[in-house]
Amino acid sequence: MSQIHTPVAPSISRRQQAAAIASTRWADALVIIALIAVAYGVVVAASRWVAPLTPGTHIDLSPRALPLYAGLSTMRMALAYLLSLAFTLVYARIAATNRRAERVMVPLLDILQSIPILSFLPGVVLALVALFPHNNIGLELAAILLIFTSQAWNMTFSFYHSLLVIPKELREAATIYRLNVWRRFIKLELPFGQIPLIWNSMMSWAGGWFFLMAAEQFTLGSHSFQLPGLGSYLQTAANDGDVGALLLGLLALIIVIVLLDQLLWRPLIAWADRFKIEQTSSGQAPSSWVLRLLRRSTLVAWYDEHVYRPASERLDRFLSRAGGARLVAATTSASARMALGSTRAETANVKREGWRQALSAQRIVGTVIGVVALALCLLGTLAALRLIAQVPPAMWGTIAVSALATLLRTGVALAIGVAWTVPVGVAIGLNQRLAERAQPFVQMVASIPATALFPALLLVLLRLPGGLNIAAVALMLLGTQWYILFNVIAGAMAIPGDLREAAAIYQVRGWRRWRTLILPAIFPYLVTGMITATGGAWNASIVSEYVSFGNHTYSTVGLGALIAGSANNNDFALLLAATLAMAFVVVLLNRLVWRRMYRLAEDRFHLD
Amino acid sequence: MTTPDINNINNISSAEQTSAATPVGAPDVLLRAQAVSKYYGSEQENSVLVLDDITLDLRNDEFIALLGPSGSGKSTLLRILAGLVTPSRGEVLLHGAPLEGANPNVAIVFQNFALYPWLTVLENVELGLLAKELAPKEREQRALQAIDLIGLDGFESAYPRELSGGMKQRVGFARALVVEPEILFLDEPFSALDVLVAENLRHELLDLWLARKIPTRTILMVTHNINEAVQMADRLLVFGANPGRIRVELPGLPRDQRSQPGATSIREQLADTVYRIMTNPKADAQSLLPGVAPLRPPTPSPAPVPLPARVYQTLPHVSLDELAGFVERLYTLGGREDLYELARDLQMEADDLLPLAEAANLLGFADLDAGDVVLTNVGQRFAEADILEKKVIFRQQAQVGISILRQIVQDVAASPEHRLSEDTLLAALEHSFSVDEARRQLDTAIDWGRYAELFAYDDDAGEFYLED
Repeated sequence: MSQIHTPVAPSISRRQQAAAIASTRWADALVIIALIAVAYGVVVAASRWVAPLTPGTHIDLSPRALPLYAGLSTMRMALAYLLSLAFTLVYARIAATNRRAERVMVPLLDILQSIPILSFLPGVVLALVALFPHNNIGLELAAILLIFTSQAWNMTFSFYHSLLVIPKELREAATIYRLNVWRRFIKLELPFGQIPLIWNSMMSWAGGWFFLMAAEQFTLGSHSFQLPGLGSYLQTAANDGDVGALLLGLLALIIVIVLLDQLLWRPLIAWADRFKIEQTSSGQAPSSWVLRLLRRSTLVAWYDEHVYRPASERLDRFLSRAGGARLVAATTSASARMALGSTRAETANVKREGWRQALSAQRIVGTVIGVVALALCLLGTLAALRLIAQVPPAMWGTIAVSALATLLRTGVALAIGVAWTVPVGVAIGLNQRLAERAQPFVQMVASIPATALFPALLLVLLRLPGGLNIAAVALMLLGTQWYILFNVIAGAMAIPGDLREAAAIYQVRGWRRWRTLILPAIFPYLVTGMITATGGAWNASIVSEYVSFGNHTYSTVGLGALIAGSANNNDFALLLAATLAMAFVVVLLNRLVWRRMYRLAEDRFHLD
Repeated sequence: MTTPDINNINNISSAEQTSAATPVGAPDVLLRAQAVSKYYGSEQENSVLVLDDITLDLRNDEFIALLGPSGSGKSTLLRILAGLVTPSRGEVLLHGAPLEGANPNVAIVFQNFALYPWLTVLENVELGLLAKELAPKEREQRALQAIDLIGLDGFESAYPRELSGGMKQRVGFARALVVEPEILFLDEPFSALDVLVAENLRHELLDLWLARKIPTRTILMVTHNINEAVQMADRLLVFGANPGRIRVELPGLPRDQRSQPGATSIREQLADTVYRIMTNPKADAQSLLPGVAPLRPPTPSPAPVPLPARVYQTLPHVSLDELAGFVERLYTLGGREDLYELARDLQMEADDLLPLAEAANLLGFADLDAGDVVLTNVGQRFAEADILEKKVIFRQQAQVGISILRQIVQDVAASPEHRLSEDTLLAALEHSFSVDEARRQLDTAIDWGRYAELFAYDDDAGEFYLED
């Protein structure tokens, strides 16, 4: 596929030229329309934000209200994402360049990543609403914070990892050509981490929708903390039994997701193709009609030449001279040591500068920050322990039983998910034509947040025998099976042709073919899918084991129900205990089961 | 090959007397490595010496080539001189002043180009100028000039992945030359290129430099290509490994003879000499110079006697298929061959051939004798044997000659259930080798031991065990 960034050849024919000019006008018109739409959206959102607090927001079920709700939901997502992105760039860079900080920051990130975020929703909402009692900002912030916690960790890990694996020669070139910290970041580190960062951003958005839907329709007993948005629209429609509105709401959500995919992520991925580190052009480069449009637009070209480039040049100068220079001075010792790829062997030289370093401002600030952080941690732990001490001993038994029940439920959901997705996924993946058509569809379905479907499903499931006990498993399954399917298809597609041919030649068929070829080959993918799926299932337990529907509250035995219920009853001691218990179980599972499986997959079943 | 009728080669031995450094304060010394050593690990014990006490001057108007086997630290020395790596001992002097941080007067051309794939050719070249804080217009102007100079006109807006290897390295050169460096470092810049492309680029660089079209005053090149060094350099430094040190310094050919069509034999003689030195890593380099008759046969190679410094021998990392092929080829050639000729015969670089010769020597299949490699009786039997007999012979030789294999067999036999964790052994190896090298040593030992059926190895558990 010939790429778009090669300039138009001079020998182009007249007709082509005319066509090119026509398409340029089109492109400009579309760009202008898009700009107007975005500006309008921002203004509307801002006016809502400062509106007085309306806990029992009235949700308008008419279709005309839907664009506004969709816009508001998207705005929350976008703000949370920007926050996550800023966090990612700063946190990952510090962790990758400062060895002492790295030792604390990376394990911390690992734990944050394993904690089921929804368990914090009740606490966060109550705290922030208390902080801003008079307008909507508290609720909005709670939603944004929640989405942030679902988006940030995987992005941070990906960027951190990218920074660690920048090839030595590229780092040496940056050093020998004396790029300062700012330029090093903008010219080398950020571009190098770009592609994984974009893919992880897409994953983060999918995860973010899940939590946004939950956050918008959040109820604590008599209090309903609804935010106007797609999530609350769906919840209200289900409560009112308005099936038409329910379907319309889902349609709106799907449209938003598809639009974002087409207008944002596809162009980004196509654009980021240039950041590929492999130096030869091979395979099919990703393409996007939107990106092609933008590249043809003269308006965008004008903006690039007259606004963007001069501005970035000035910013570059400013940061290099003023901020950059100081930044370099502050971080030179740490980052230069990393950049030079030096080892502990330089201790002799380091020792010589030992005194100067010990007294440097950076050291002092670092130490102060460390001590303060430690003190805060200790205080927090102490307070938490005091709170937990209020939990009656008998309650711990309940917590244990609940944990077991939820463990069982997630296990069943996972087993069902694996049972149907493996045969189906392999069937799809081994048929290349089918796979190419099915993969985008599965990707789409997977990115529809299960929490958006909950209200609709509850309408049906609650009437079945078994009630919420069964329904909860179904709800977990709903949210998680797609991850597995998605990965299994990818795994089956990646089985090398010669391995399949070898199996065919030696007449390896049926179960034996599964055991010797397919299962081992897809194992790493299956494990990846299952890890993501269990994480999702534990999170889903909080919104699926305890639901308010119509005017009733339904619940079943489980850790998720315990968390949601205790928040409902303002039983903060139990809330904390149950939340910690869930975090503990999940971290334990990760360490004991998933990490081992993952290592096994990496060591033994890695195909290359 | 030993006809010492060329004046300049006769002079080698006298040139050798002058060390690689001139007296301190000499006006034309641009950059100096002063008694530089580099080791990994702690200073007191068990450190791995990569460079041992190197003193080297880069003078005005000269082209220096560093040659040597991999692991001889020549690339490390280049990085120390560039200020990318800090020496463990000694210091680097730039115009007499100690160097701190990246060397401001140096530009580097890298082996794998080190271009930023997300920047266009022009932006990649401008990268070198960013730190000079020029106005954007001037920066672009100068970058375009460099692009022009290096023959990249028309490719300014291309991305590196659209370019061929040769064009990529041209960008590498343009980026280095645009900063008008006083000192230019070349880190095997032609080794990733096709032969003809490399030849062309070499000529162009020499043209630019010799005609003073670039302000660069001295060039230092790391290479493993002997002909390249002979063709380009004013001084050739041959490095030895374990620890990295300068074995010998040879003067290059006079500049007018380097590309003269009639001077082929002169070039070949110098190349031969370098080759001879490199293929005899243990011999005294002086005795290998033409005109100096090998007075005494070099001490017979001390075959399986372990070096006192290390508990275990250093195993060369060769696959056993390669080794068998080497021995068989030697057998076909009559059982005795000049290593240099053998390298030509097999079309291998000395770097690749030496480990094979060492392995054959360790296992008692061949002796090294004055630059010749001689098949032993055992080696002959090995060459004639079929698959299973080969294993038997290898097994016998390995048990006798390879101390680490002996050790593993003993320890496994003595351990309960005949299972033994690799950890102790790995720790012991890490006393003599860097962590990575210790792992590689162990992996090679495992490979050989498995082939010899001395023991089995469970990769999941990291354990040796005996099969029934």
